[in-house]
Amino acid sequence: MLEIKNLRVRIAGKEILRGINLKVKAGELHAIMGPNGSGKSTLALILAGHDSYEITAGEVHYQGKNLLEMAPEERACEGLFMAFQYPIEIPGVTNLYMLKAGLNAARKHRGQEELDAMDFLKLVKERAKLVEIDESFLNRSVNEGFSGGEKKRNEIFQMAVLEPKLAVLDETDSGLDIDALKIVAKGVNALRNKDRAIIIITHYQRLLNYIVPDYVHVLVDGRIVRSGDKDLAVELEAKGYNWIESGAAAASGS
Amino acid sequence: MKTMDSKTHYLQQFKDVEARTRGAEGSWLSKLRRRAIEDFSEAGFPTTRLEAWKYTNVEPIVASRFKPAAETANGLSPERLSAFTLGTGSGSLLTFVNGRFSKKLSRLGPLPAGVRVESLAAALGNGSLDLEPHLGRHVETSGHPFAALNTAFMDDGALVFIPAGVDLQEPIQIVFATTQAEPAVTYPRVLIVGEKNSRASIVESYVGLGDQAYFTNAVTEIVVQDNATLEHCRMLEEGSRSYHISTVQSHLSRDSNLVSHNYAFGGSLIRNHVNSVLDAEGAESTLFGLYVIADRQHVDNHTRIDHAKPHCSSREIYTGILDDQSRGIFNGRVIVRPDAQKTDAKQTNRNLLLSKEALADTNPELEIYADDVKCTHGATIGQLDEEALFYLRARGISQKAARDILTYAFAGELVDEVKTEPARKYVEKLLRARLPGASETTVLL
Repeated sequence: MLEIKNLRVRIAGKEILRGINLKVKAGELHAIMGPNGSGKSTLALILAGHDSYEITAGEVHYQGKNLLEMAPEERACEGLFMAFQYPIEIPGVTNLYMLKAGLNAARKHRGQEELDAMDFLKLVKERAKLVEIDESFLNRSVNEGFSGGEKKRNEIFQMAVLEPKLAVLDETDSGLDIDALKIVAKGVNALRNKDRAIIIITHYQRLLNYIVPDYVHVLVDGRIVRSGDKDLAVELEAKGYNWIESGAAAASGS
Repeated sequence: MKTMDSKTHYLQQFKDVEARTRGAEGSWLSKLRRRAIEDFSEAGFPTTRLEAWKYTNVEPIVASRFKPAAETANGLSPERLSAFTLGTGSGSLLTFVNGRFSKKLSRLGPLPAGVRVESLAAALGNGSLDLEPHLGRHVETSGHPFAALNTAFMDDGALVFIPAGVDLQEPIQIVFATTQAEPAVTYPRVLIVGEKNSRASIVESYVGLGDQAYFTNAVTEIVVQDNATLEHCRMLEEGSRSYHISTVQSHLSRDSNLVSHNYAFGGSLIRNHVNSVLDAEGAESTLFGLYVIADRQHVDNHTRIDHAKPHCSSREIYTGILDDQSRGIFNGRVIVRPDAQKTDAKQTNRNLLLSKEALADTNPELEIYADDVKCTHGATIGQLDEEALFYLRARGISQKAARDILTYAFAGELVDEVKTEPARKYVEKLLRARLPGASETTVLL
């Protein structure tokens, strides 16, 4: 579904990603872990199509297409979804308005008929339950005045409505208390299926107690230095990033 | 010496007005006209050397030396007119074509006893209502040459009179349409009187059909008496080569409440003066303005709120959305007179620039002569939030639609303030027509 080859990315002259390689197949759940400043969020934003980065080398293929040539909206319409680490507040645009416009743009893109107001409302009400979002949130401006936890739940709610093929969740767990974390995890688990791939980017292993990954990758200093299964996350939690970083330093020195 | 020539041109035209009206109208009105033309003669046309006109050059208007519009009403079918009217079946509608009242294109809904909604020319002609205490008593002509010209030349327009205690449910709409093929000037004049304890909503629309050059020089006087409430909505959909200069002068009595909406969409050069005098305790004036312009459109809003008495409040929000090489000017003056203690005045001007070549000027002017007052003002000029654009695009919304949605949201706050529902719906329609990407209807649970 997704193949990243030797991706190198710069911002303001500084190299942030220094040759990323990653393969994700349908149905898989990958966790990318790493310390602050390792390039995790940059990777997520690059996949979503943010234009403040300079891609100096590498390729990204998504469902056989060159992802890097696609506009952000085209990526979304092709089934790519990113849950933002810091969801933006958009006063004057309601959640429902944005979701209906986004969902119908994707449907149009796929040659499907647009959903009318009735069917759309039925869908959002059902999905709102999944992440325990109160219906009153739906008519509020996007993220405006939401608490940190509400914003993150709103991201997963949007994912549930837009039903992506590939979801990239950027630190959806950070800032959540344990109750909110469980709700988010429940929502994500409910959305796992054999056709959908999910990449979870996280600083902490905590979320992975509730969402069990198929693969875990450790990103340090712009490179994936270690890959493994769920046990790698546990080991990392016990030993800390320093354990890997020293290894990474040794690897890059060789 | 072009200005000199143009001035003479209008002074000459006034002789025709005098010849036509002498003996045919009350001497108070003749005196009013005469004083106005003298005020015009003294001031002449403004140049950009004057502080109040430094951003707006009226030379194209002056040089055009417009003739009065011909009296024939043409080019406006009821079908065409319907595109500019509110979607209400029973509300009253007064239509003026090229400055003249059109009975055929007007209709009166069922109105409570004593309410007058009619052509000003007719009301002045039959003398059934004494207009002397109001007409021309509020707008200043000295030092205001365009208001002076309107007063000297006024011929027709609308009279709306709401007697004491009447609560008018349906809005009244007044449409001034210019269809004239030749370049011409019209002087629409509106007088609105809301007697004590009355309530009404009035919508004025100025529309241009076709792309000829013409000049609308309009004056509206609004009198809101004790404890009366009035919502006044002014919408400019003038033609692409038109000039529009206007004054809306309101006078507020004790505990009265005025909400003024000033929307500018169409017109090549627009200058609005919106003046409100809070002349007794407890009066409340709210001025909202929205200008959504593109190409080389130029909109200059000069507002003046005069807190003449204590315990009055005013709130003002003017919002500009400027695309291409358009230019928007906001000059908001708030005067607090020496004994106007406990004044509460709040002014905001927000501008959204959609292109690098658009230009916004904002200038608050607070003149405070009392010491126990609360006056605030704030101005912003900015662009669309790139991160919000990216967020919407990441949800599948095209760049164009995302821009339109965010732009609509920027203006939406003001649209929501229009309390008269058919008027609000109409403004929404106008705004969405300019922002097609935001055209999807509101989604509500």
